[in-house]
Amino acid sequence: MSDLVVDVLTGAVRGGTAIMFAALGETLAERAGVVNLGTEGSMLVGALAGYAVAAETGTPWAGLAAGLVAGGLLALVHAVMVVWRRADQFATGLTVMFLGLGLTSLFGAAYVGRAAPGFDPVAVPLLSDLPVLGEVLFHHDPVTYLSFAAAPLMWWWLRGTRGGLLLRTAGERADVLHVHGYRPGLIRGAAVVAGGALAGVGGAQLATAYAHAWFEGMTAGRGFIAVALVIFAVWRPLWVMAGSYLFGAALALAPALQARGLSLNQFALDALPFLITLAILAILGRRTLRAAPEELRRVFT
Amino acid sequence: MRKLAALAALLTVPLIACSANTTGTATTGTTSASPGKDSTAVGFIFVGPKDDFGYNQAAYQGSQEVAKAYPNLEVITAENVPEDDNAARVMNSMIAKGAKIIFATSYGHLDAALKVAAEHPDVAVVQQGNLITTAVPKNAGTFFGTVYEPVYLAGIAAGKATKSGKLGYVYAFPITQTIDNINAFELGAQSVNPAAQTFAVSTSSWCDPAKQAEAAANLLKQGVDVITQHQDCTATVIKATEAAGAFTVGYHADASAIAPKGWLTGSQWNWGPLYTDIVKTALGGGFTGSKYNDNFRVGYRTGENPFVQSPYGPLVDAETKAAIEKARDLLKTSSPFAGPVTDQEGKVRIPAGTVPDYTTIEKIDYFVAGVVGTLPKS
Repeated sequence: MSDLVVDVLTGAVRGGTAIMFAALGETLAERAGVVNLGTEGSMLVGALAGYAVAAETGTPWAGLAAGLVAGGLLALVHAVMVVWRRADQFATGLTVMFLGLGLTSLFGAAYVGRAAPGFDPVAVPLLSDLPVLGEVLFHHDPVTYLSFAAAPLMWWWLRGTRGGLLLRTAGERADVLHVHGYRPGLIRGAAVVAGGALAGVGGAQLATAYAHAWFEGMTAGRGFIAVALVIFAVWRPLWVMAGSYLFGAALALAPALQARGLSLNQFALDALPFLITLAILAILGRRTLRAAPEELRRVFT
Repeated sequence: MRKLAALAALLTVPLIACSANTTGTATTGTTSASPGKDSTAVGFIFVGPKDDFGYNQAAYQGSQEVAKAYPNLEVITAENVPEDDNAARVMNSMIAKGAKIIFATSYGHLDAALKVAAEHPDVAVVQQGNLITTAVPKNAGTFFGTVYEPVYLAGIAAGKATKSGKLGYVYAFPITQTIDNINAFELGAQSVNPAAQTFAVSTSSWCDPAKQAEAAANLLKQGVDVITQHQDCTATVIKATEAAGAFTVGYHADASAIAPKGWLTGSQWNWGPLYTDIVKTALGGGFTGSKYNDNFRVGYRTGENPFVQSPYGPLVDAETKAAIEKARDLLKTSSPFAGPVTDQEGKVRIPAGTVPDYTTIEKIDYFVAGVVGTLPKS
């Protein structure tokens, strides 16, 4: 039994990492006052760019960088439309998602089934020998280790730096920025692009470290999960981290049980991640809206 | 997400289909000729992309062999055709372009195929992999090979190779094709290694590489040392298996290139000859009443199976190859499911001495003894 728990927790980290990158990216955008439903698209282009560049250059790190750039570029489309053209955020986000899906199925065909070097798990010396924690946290790929630092870094940056303050102000009281001679649009645009870049890293992690393959539509809705996650984590990076692992655990439970021959209703297991999301959103109810950045609340209401 | 991709692809389809409907109904009443005769084109619909290194690619390659065999026929193909009413629209648009022979190549295309067949008596519509359970219309049929036969043979290689006695099977959905494959794999392994068990893990998706990675990781953690699968995209599971130093049994294609050490063997398709023969039969005017105007199944017992065994990997020894040869000869008169076959509860489902026919095998809805895992109940 205890070994089932360890396996589910390990799987939670394995499967939650890509979602966490995307959700942290969405957090940046939303804290600046922009909802980006195109996150799924940024993950997809990140996954393809990551896999393709790893295949062409032989270096997974180059792939990760490409995933970052590609995810950011796709989000730039959203930023331009929403921030400068004032287009509807939801309609634009969905369109950008379909753009990412279309572009990747067009250019991705050549990489389906193609071999590429990827990130392999590396046990961290000493730490990996710890009971339970060693296995759950320290037998992963290098990108996953990077992800451990991402949420605390973002928490610190948003809270404790001038850049973080400007970004939060863009999301809460854009007028204040105007008065002080800043351009809130520029800050929002930058936040959306940086968020897309993070989602691209998540996609690249999915393709080059987790699945070791590219396939059309391989993110399978994880980008949308990330958007929902940001809301139920009330826009806080550390809660986003916890929520990603909760989601990862829900995804990891089914295979962990099945590999032991334990029977549980498969359909219930498949629905579990979504049931959890719905339950948390229902429990939080209107409280989430109250916690939302003010400028974002205007988008929602 | 594949659904979304299909949806995106579909945005274009209604446009084609609109024009198709009018022409389609115009031709309906006009003929009493044999279905498919005088066809100037052949239509193929696929549920996925033609380059998925799997099911759809194999079907696409088969369609191209038809094109080669009949250079005068136009071969029309459509990818990412969903398994719903939209499939009927795509087929109607092909009929409008002169196709009187249609191949609907995915399991879930059957309803749409039957609908199109009913609307167009002069068009021969054949569906790949499903079963028509009512009376078979004069211009329709299903066809398939007995994929579980090469899977049974691959199970022998797995049973011989395993050290832990634990085999893993990553599958998508509990449809009969998959259940037959899992059972045959286990029965093949048992035939040479009575203690071998097959652990079945489902992903509830034909292609979700991340779920596949999780399934493989959990199986390997449980000590499984041979993994096979029934998925549309196969690279993720194979790479994870190879990286763990375990053995791979392939499906859909020869993937030994990404598992140079652990590749044992596998099953793959060769649709060309069967497709071409169906087209030949229909063009000749003899579709109605032919073996293809039925639930046609072909296996080692009855002819040339479109499922063939993949090449062997380097670690398969001569003894294993000999055992597989022997079993293949036996299948010409017998079946992987020759009795006695016992289910997980120990109940005898196929009595000793019985060799079930192909239709019976396609109705198996239980796991055999030795498979670890439960079938999802709906």
